Amino acid sequence: MSTHGAELMYTYAVARAGCRPPDGLLGVADAPVETVAEGALAALVSRVPAADFDEEALRAHLEDMAWLERTARAHRSVVDTAAAEFCVLPLRLVTVHRDARGVRQVLAQRAEEFLSALVSLDGRMEWGVKAYVEDPGTAKPSVPASGSARQAPADGSGRDFLRRRLAHRQAQEQSQRRADELARAAHEALDKIAERSRLHRPQDPRLSGVSGRNVLNGAYLIPRDQAGAFAGLVGELADRSPGVRIELTGPWAPYSFTQAPQPSDPGGDTGAGGAG
Amino acid sequence: MTAPVPASEPGHPLADRQIALVDLLDRLLAGGAVIAGDLTLRIAEVDLVRIDLRALISSVNANVPSPFDDLGPDAEEEVAP
Repeated sequence: MSTHGAELMYTYAVARAGCRPPDGLLGVADAPVETVAEGALAALVSRVPAADFDEEALRAHLEDMAWLERTARAHRSVVDTAAAEFCVLPLRLVTVHRDARGVRQVLAQRAEEFLSALVSLDGRMEWGVKAYVEDPGTAKPSVPASGSARQAPADGSGRDFLRRRLAHRQAQEQSQRRADELARAAHEALDKIAERSRLHRPQDPRLSGVSGRNVLNGAYLIPRDQAGAFAGLVGELADRSPGVRIELTGPWAPYSFTQAPQPSDPGGDTGAGGAG
Repeated sequence: MTAPVPASEPGHPLADRQIALVDLLDRLLAGGAVIAGDLTLRIAEVDLVRIDLRALISSVNANVPSPFDDLGPDAEEEVAP
């Protein structure tokens, strides 16, 4: 049998068997979301054209920002819509199987792990907190109004220039240290009331288009009934951290907490490969 | 086909109307359970974050001058003696 020109199965999330996505929910490529059940588990899936989702096509697509954005938004829409109704274990973007049998196999093989993950995520949502400081590096170092900047650097103005650069640099380092301290303090406070937390890499301002340096990009797992308290704490932190802009995003499905907690892992780092 | 939607604005490639794409990619590319099934892309195991963001940054760079041109590599925090 050949699967030529066929469809593949895009898998969004794992949930307990019996959980049903809302009717009419569409996934990537606008295909209806279905479930594939195995034992106590079910996967949320939809059919996608193999021409776009086999390995080679994907490699090309993933470098295409418009494609990546469409797919990521469709993925999120399915996962978050489902997460509003029942507990889900989100899967990574572009998890694709050949057919339902392949999906069932994974559900069977990793049933224990998935079930315990679902237990640990049940009734919790993820919230994101980002902190930014205005980076003095983005403002031009102020030039004394003597007009010397316009002239060809004579001896003296050359030294002035170096002195200004040094001062500028020191100011930057100082503000960076202060920002890092504030970020650490904010994270510690949030971590204390979160069940789990994870640090994502600070975002590159060229990608986010947001001004200021991103000094904290944290994800926090919070029981649903404590969302208000968490948001309150974020507000307090914002109030007592002058010069720092704090943003709260969410609630998210628990994307950042799909792995069993690792006691001694400082987090944040995506380690190279799993241990098989 | 639906009407073409500009995927990005020049200055704010990943800033978005609803949810910022960067926030989304933090989660969908670095989070989410990784499953290696039959045809599941080996690609999903490769460090996607690296493929993607690096590619994106270079595509963005063409339009947006970096504010950090003269800073060199991220300065390490210096420890005062």
